Amino acid sequence: MIQLDHIRWFVAGRTILDDVDVSIPANTYAMLMGATGCGKTSLLEILCGLRRPTSGRVLLDGRDVTDLEPRERGIGYVPQDLALFPGLSVCEQIAFAPKLRGMPPAEIESRVNRLAEQFGIAPLLNRLPDALSGGEKQRVALARAIAAQPKLLLLDEPLSALDEGMRAEAASLLQKVQQEHALTVLHVTHSRSEAVALGQVHLRLAAGRIEVEGMA
Amino acid sequence: MSLNRSNLCWLALALITAGYLIFWLLLLGATATYSTPDSWLKVLQSPEIRHATWLSLVTCTFAAGFALLLAVPVGYLMSRREFRGKSWLDAALDIPIILPPLVVGLCLLIFFQTRIGKVIEMAIPFTYQLSGVVLAQFVVAAAFAIRTMRGTFDHLSARPEDVALTLGCTRFQALWHVALPAARRGMVAAFCIAWARSLGEFGPILVFAGATRMKTEVLPTTVWLELSVGNLEAAVAVSLFMVALAVLVLVVVRATGEKV
Repeated sequence: MIQLDHIRWFVAGRTILDDVDVSIPANTYAMLMGATGCGKTSLLEILCGLRRPTSGRVLLDGRDVTDLEPRERGIGYVPQDLALFPGLSVCEQIAFAPKLRGMPPAEIESRVNRLAEQFGIAPLLNRLPDALSGGEKQRVALARAIAAQPKLLLLDEPLSALDEGMRAEAASLLQKVQQEHALTVLHVTHSRSEAVALGQVHLRLAAGRIEVEGMA
Repeated sequence: MSLNRSNLCWLALALITAGYLIFWLLLLGATATYSTPDSWLKVLQSPEIRHATWLSLVTCTFAAGFALLLAVPVGYLMSRREFRGKSWLDAALDIPIILPPLVVGLCLLIFFQTRIGKVIEMAIPFTYQLSGVVLAQFVVAAAFAIRTMRGTFDHLSARPEDVALTLGCTRFQALWHVALPAARRGMVAAFCIAWARSLGEFGPILVFAGATRMKTEVLPTTVWLELSVGNLEAAVAVSLFMVALAVLVLVVVRATGEKV
């Protein structure tokens, strides 16, 4: 469960987030919408621990994580530009988090192969990011995040760079991943149809506050 | 009409650029034709100049290596972190670039006469020693290496490092596993720029390490020593050798995609 407890964030004397107070139940697919520049990405970064709120608390499953480092939060983050690691192959990208945690090589290999199969990127394991299409990059970024076994997945406009045909396929993959890995997902989008297709909880960020628009 | 004026403007700018380039080519051409290749070879084979060449290559490599070791963390800090007084620190890092070279040497000489300096010299002697040559080259070259590394990190998105933090990295691990592999071309460029800068360093070396033949004599010192005894042929031969090395470095740096 995600709880944002009266989060406020000011930057350069400007209020970006003003008393964001919302709870998202566990194992829920939540969609966050809002105008460009309203602070959606900043809110995701506060959740991840990449930014510190000016005031307020972030609670994950009832635990206050506001002062914890990003690596201690158990959150997977897929930014809008996907941010694949330059110079690392697909295999190395997926193995990145398991390797950091000192997992035995055989176990890493099996996890990488399993995720590569699940995300349909098994033939791409030796490729570098520059040799991947937009859709392939998006799958690799997702597999890399899931390989760290997070409880919560934050997606910043993950489908925006895909064409119409690939978008539907990617949306169904996201839904499947959320269910299979029992994840709580917070997905930022500008697309109303995407929000309707995927979201169980619909949130809107406006004037620095979050409104719950509905629950499916 | 306006198109013609525009073309005229570009032509004038091209002429200015060409004029500057021709001036440099004339300078190098005049130096190159002052003596014959046979006399260059003869000069470059003399034991003193071979020693100075070897010493230059070694000291420049050490100085550039140390400069890179300093430039990576400082460049990363300056690129990724906002903090109070950053613009002052940024300006302070450029001090070795704007200081007259002789003043850098004098500062080093005076520092090693202070109590702290003398304690350091008890462990590693620098003044009028080979290690002093490396230190004199390092203090100036490091500033150039820092500029290059900062530019490299500025051009790399910080987002992959952010993602690495969420995947379990500490900030140091994100630097080591993500930022450094992405910055390797910049690191090559920073090393080469620091190396080239060290190769041309003269003032601080002369003041701080001296110009003792077969001991602290590096290639710029050789040019000065040969000029001071009126041996212009030897000075020209060594200068041309340094030009060739500088061009080689320029080619390597350009190949990395960076600019000097």
